[in-house]
Amino acid sequence: MSQSYDRGLIEDFGRWQEFSAGMWAWIFHKFTGWVLIGYLFTHVAVLSTATVDGATYTSTLQGLESLLLVRFLEVGLLAVAAFHILNGIRLLFVDLGVGLGAQDKAFYAALVATAAVTVASIPTFLVGAF
Amino acid sequence: MSTQIQESETETETEETSEHQTRRLAEKRERADMAERAETDLSGADETARIKVFRYDPEVEGKKDPRFDTFEIPFTKGMTVLDALIYARDHFDSSLTFRHSCRQAICGSDALFINGRQRLGCKTQMVDLEWPVQIEPLPHAEVVKDLVVDMEHFYDQMEAVEPYFQTNDLPDGELEEQKQTRENREKVKMSTRCIWCSACMSSCNIAAGDNKYLGPAAINKAYRFAMDHREGEDMKEHRINIIEQEHGVWRCQTQFSCTEVCPKDIPLTEHIQELKREAVKSNLKFW
Repeated sequence: MSQSYDRGLIEDFGRWQEFSAGMWAWIFHKFTGWVLIGYLFTHVAVLSTATVDGATYTSTLQGLESLLLVRFLEVGLLAVAAFHILNGIRLLFVDLGVGLGAQDKAFYAALVATAAVTVASIPTFLVGAF
Repeated sequence: MSTQIQESETETETEETSEHQTRRLAEKRERADMAERAETDLSGADETARIKVFRYDPEVEGKKDPRFDTFEIPFTKGMTVLDALIYARDHFDSSLTFRHSCRQAICGSDALFINGRQRLGCKTQMVDLEWPVQIEPLPHAEVVKDLVVDMEHFYDQMEAVEPYFQTNDLPDGELEEQKQTRENREKVKMSTRCIWCSACMSSCNIAAGDNKYLGPAAINKAYRFAMDHREGEDMKEHRINIIEQEHGVWRCQTQFSCTEVCPKDIPLTEHIQELKREAVKSNLKFW
């Protein structure tokens, strides 16, 4: 009947500037979820060095902790985990139908809390790194 | 008419013709005045609003490649986006195509993508927008011509949830009213406001990627009837069976895009979430 025209980026993420709180929350939640799954693989790999013997495990951990990059990645991991947990609680309320009118504020609160936790963790993670 | 005598019928006919002629002449005069009025309006207006309108027509050689046309509209107090479009069509380009009917946010014809958001043209004031106002057809729908999109898929999804009242337990007496309690009416009140404009469907990221997903409007329609106590338990179960399928309520990822754009302020996400809980409850019934 009718021909149509694919308007490309306007259809999807090309209009990211117009995204509202709920959409950003969804994107961040997906992103942090995938990061955490990726982390689990490295986590298991590092922990499994303990199956060789205690000394290997200790030297692996010490070797990793001596890298500045790993220290920064740890801060990032905490930020990602904190947001995923806090937004997960927000989603729990959304699923229960509680306070849906405040879902956007809940998202902003999750962001602020994540930022606070991350900043507060910097001294712990980066001590002795420089 | 059959009771009238021949003579008077002829008279009526003549009268009608002359009336018709008068009207035609009046319309012709109006059309002749239009260009002149456009000029006066333009000079008389305090401000000139600019609108950028998406143009596309696969049947016209020069419009096969989509483009934006800019129109200068004399701004008047209370002017809506639809008013601006009508002005552009009537004064500058009669081929400019868009749907509109009631102009009061009831018919649901003029959902458009205005300044990056799904809105009803008739319900959106020009003063509330940043100028120039960019007007495009709804995203995630096939463009037929200019601002007109193919609504067939949306209507199919609406039909899929059986959007009409059905019940097995009718009242006894033939003329007995089938009354709804006040509380029940309040419960479904917001969901009855849907005008089938498709703004929610267009804004939904999931519906864009999953063509089988019922979409917010259809699920809201299912909610309106599933929550109506007059339909009875059997019918409610039937409705839950429809919406709990793979491409039903569970596709919703609570992005709240539909709720944000709904011109009738229907809490769509809330209704979808409630139906999810109803679906779980009906499946957890072991007795």
